[in-house]
Amino acid sequence: MSITQILFWTLSIVALFSALMMITSKNPVYSVLWLIVTFFCISGHYILLNAQFLAIVNIIVYAGAIMVLFLFVIMLMNLGKDTEPQKSKWLKLASAVSGGCLLLVLIAVLRKTETHMADLTSGEIGLIQNLGKVLFNQYVVPFEISSILFLSAMVGAVVIGKKE
Amino acid sequence: MYLLQFDWFIVLEKFILIAAIVTIALVVAMYSTYAERKIAAFLQDRRGPNRAGPFGLLQPMADGLKLFMKEEIIPLASSKFLFILGPMLAMITATMTSAVIPWGTTIEIAGRQVPLQIADINIGILYVFGVVSLGVYGIMIGGWASNNKFSLIAAIRGASQMISYELAMGLALIAVLMISGSLRLSVIVQEQIQHGWNIIYQPLGFLIFFICALAECNRTPFDLPEAENELNFGYHQEYSSMKLGFYLFAEYINMFISSVIMATLFFGGYDIPFVNEGAWGNAWWVGVVGFGVLMLKAVLFIFLFMWIRWTIPRFRYDQLMNLGWKKLLPLALANMLLTAVVVLLLNR
Repeated sequence: MSITQILFWTLSIVALFSALMMITSKNPVYSVLWLIVTFFCISGHYILLNAQFLAIVNIIVYAGAIMVLFLFVIMLMNLGKDTEPQKSKWLKLASAVSGGCLLLVLIAVLRKTETHMADLTSGEIGLIQNLGKVLFNQYVVPFEISSILFLSAMVGAVVIGKKE
Repeated sequence: MYLLQFDWFIVLEKFILIAAIVTIALVVAMYSTYAERKIAAFLQDRRGPNRAGPFGLLQPMADGLKLFMKEEIIPLASSKFLFILGPMLAMITATMTSAVIPWGTTIEIAGRQVPLQIADINIGILYVFGVVSLGVYGIMIGGWASNNKFSLIAAIRGASQMISYELAMGLALIAVLMISGSLRLSVIVQEQIQHGWNIIYQPLGFLIFFICALAECNRTPFDLPEAENELNFGYHQEYSSMKLGFYLFAEYINMFISSVIMATLFFGGYDIPFVNEGAWGNAWWVGVVGFGVLMLKAVLFIFLFMWIRWTIPRFRYDQLMNLGWKKLLPLALANMLLTAVVVLLLNR
């Protein structure tokens, strides 16, 4: 096994384990912390693909900002083990079935993809320079549209927040 | 043995570098506590610590020993694991930032080119930003795990303050990136050596960055998470012994690292002003001189931090938020736009 493979397997196992722990933890604060571990593992995978920009943005945005807000809300509302609502048995079954369906679709999609999408050793697709060039030349319209989407979401949040 | 087929010297080299830099950061942080008390004493017309050793120079050792010897108390109502994790995270995130800072030029040791930088990654400055944004967790987890209302309020204050000031900080950084055209910290320094320091082009950006750095380090006038007259002692109220020491220590390491980053981004890093040190070749002493210059700049910033702490009183919380969101953020945005227009017009 090469070092890349060892890293890949370690990261994958830790990512899966922490994702499972995130779902099964009774305390929501622990769930958030496990989710952060998962994000770090995913960032590790990005780095293995030499997508450094994606890796660090994943950490800045998800682990550094969104999860902090999650923690914020959980701490402020003082959610604990006992405040977690227990769903009925049928609802749990239904959610398991629908989750399984999603898994099926994902597997069906991924089964036929090309295996060597990114060159691991010299791939420079993910470096920030190439990413920027692609985003601002080839995909400039979708990029701008998504920024407008973000802006409208921001304005919406401010409007809702202002309403007393 | 496929595993062993890479340059083991680079592992050794990086390992030594990491050990050296972490040690230096710790020693500087240790003596920052001494310097802080001496400067406070100077500004308040007192003598400051002068009992342990000549001029009280052994005071940090005495303090450290005291912290180690104290009884360690973990509150019964706390979540134990997180209570211990909190100070650990604070320390880890404080030291992690030093990995991408260029501490000196590339030097030559026994025929090997050794850059005085642990990792010259493509996304250097974003890495710094990422680690800074993770710095919140130490405070939040510690404050929440203590299961104390004051700690929790302080933790939430600290977190919201850090998130708010990160925005203006990021925008000030973008202006710097536009001028240097790279996210690599080594390239940013090289660019400054060639074209003059960034402080000349970005005085407003530096001011915004400096204010945000004060807020990110929880230093006065922004030390709301530790406002002792409202919150007893802040987020580390339940902590004792070396766990408390870790929190206090992490603050000083943060201060040191952010001083170094400001020196690197705006004041030319290891560059000696008005001297063309590129002509000196890359013997080992050139690296040492560069490192010394960087440390000198950092120490000046640390002094500035302390000077501000003992001069300016603490902000009120609403004033803090007003300053962050309604003044610094628009200013930073305007600065960014102006820089973008000028860079575009001059086509640099």
